[in-house]
Amino acid sequence: MPWLHWGVIAIVLPLAGAMSCFLWPRRAIPLGLVTALGIVACVAGLGWQLVEQGAQRYVVGGWGAPLGIDLYADGLSLLMLMATAAVGLGVSIYSIGYFNREKARYFWPLWMFLWAALNALFLSADIFNLYVTLELLGLAAVALVALAGGAEALTGAMRYLLVSLLGSLFYLLGVALLYHSSGSVDIAILAARVESSPAVWAAVGLISAGLLLKTALFPLHFWLPSTHASAPAPVSALLSALVVKASFYILLRLWLEIFPPTSAVLGQLLALLGAAAVLWGGLQALRQTRLKMLIAYSTVAQLGYLFLAFPLASITGWTGALYMLLSHAVAKTAIFMAVGNILYFGGHDRIADLDRVVQRLPLTVTAFALAGASIMGLPPSGGFIAKWLLLEAAIRSGQWWWGGILILGGLLSAAWVFKVVGYAFTRSRAPHESRAVPVGMEWSALAMSMVAILLGLFASWPLALMEIGLPFGGKGAE
Amino acid sequence: MIPAVLYALVGMGLFALGLFALIVHTHLLRKILAINVMASGVFLVLVALAARTRGAAPDPVPHAMVITGIVVAVSATALALALMLRVSAETGRAELPEEPLE
Repeated sequence: MPWLHWGVIAIVLPLAGAMSCFLWPRRAIPLGLVTALGIVACVAGLGWQLVEQGAQRYVVGGWGAPLGIDLYADGLSLLMLMATAAVGLGVSIYSIGYFNREKARYFWPLWMFLWAALNALFLSADIFNLYVTLELLGLAAVALVALAGGAEALTGAMRYLLVSLLGSLFYLLGVALLYHSSGSVDIAILAARVESSPAVWAAVGLISAGLLLKTALFPLHFWLPSTHASAPAPVSALLSALVVKASFYILLRLWLEIFPPTSAVLGQLLALLGAAAVLWGGLQALRQTRLKMLIAYSTVAQLGYLFLAFPLASITGWTGALYMLLSHAVAKTAIFMAVGNILYFGGHDRIADLDRVVQRLPLTVTAFALAGASIMGLPPSGGFIAKWLLLEAAIRSGQWWWGGILILGGLLSAAWVFKVVGYAFTRSRAPHESRAVPVGMEWSALAMSMVAILLGLFASWPLALMEIGLPFGGKGAE
Repeated sequence: MIPAVLYALVGMGLFALGLFALIVHTHLLRKILAINVMASGVFLVLVALAARTRGAAPDPVPHAMVITGIVVAVSATALALALMLRVSAETGRAELPEEPLE
């Protein structure tokens, strides 16, 4: 069926949804929900198509590379789309209760634009198209951060915008150099043509620097905690779960397909920075007094794990990193939702002043603890499977010290989860007013945390889907 | 040195100048301008590298990229200026705080 491609619909549908939410602000919530369900159905359809027929390439408008735009879907893009769909559906349901009418009319169009940018990014087959989607993503994300209003969120959004534009420009300059040396922007053509030359190395450096800044790898994480903490809770969830992962996805894709094979030193460097991120983020998280800042620093730490796969360069290692990405996306969404509930309930997120939240918001604290178990990497959660795969790859490649980082990072995460849960049980010295949390917000947080656990119990399905089109098969073969 | 290489080097120079200004200046308007100078540098590199072989017709693909890039840069600048106005209305200064707000 060349005239019907689920991937195209998965991009066009959220765009149409965004426009209609913008045009009919009174009906934004039902329109947005229908679109969200439609996108989930599209991604399921695309998954079915990929399972039946293998990796798919689609030529938009029949023009074809080098002039036209190609879409490409394999196991890697499918998993990213599925993570986006799962998190997106959860956040959509959560945000019904979270935003008041005035905020909702801005939230829904921006969120649908963000979703369209994400889907387009994961399906793009050329590096210039990736630049455009990266910018769409950045602009929508910045506007969503600013939605909270107030000095903190506005300066957070402004800093985020500058960082995001800077990263994109580095990336674009790298794209220019790659195009100059190879005469194409199509990833598949580039993969065949790229040779080790000074221009290509400069391009690799520029693209990596831009994407690392956007992925907030230590020490380029300086902008992330304040931005993610000042955004509204559903937006923080989207930023931590999906937006930072999008630039990581591009880096992973380019690393696997295009970058010269002799980049072993660069791989070691990335993993060293990743290890530093795990330890620094974990320690900073423990030092925070406010819950949202704590969770944001934990994102810095969790992003570090993703980079541990680069020096291992084995299929197991890449699979582990991708599984870490998936389970962190789901678990962090659940945690940000739970924290959003606590903020909504008590009006503050000072950890020491949490007042018997367990008795008063049992579902929320359960969600927090379950998702926390996945972040720590306790069995049977998704985080455990991811760490297990990474550990296996580290030992098999004779680089056991990266395994030590995994364990230390897990201990640091455990420390902050138990610290927060501990305060949630006790009575605070300053009891405060509270308001009821909408049921949908509590249950969606719990549902996301259940998914984080189920990712550990049913790991074989996503792992099988990842192998469609062998995204890690080429250079990473063992 | 053929002119195209000269233009590409000037583009690189603009990129570096913009980066320097982005880091050094604190006023948000200057930061936004610096980003725009960097973007112009990248566009100049793209346009210059389109003349890949001397005498032959220039490659149209980078030109198409530059046009797309300009559209992106205009929208990004508009968003940045609007945000800057809101920041200065809210905090009284068009600057980012040194330490993130607690």
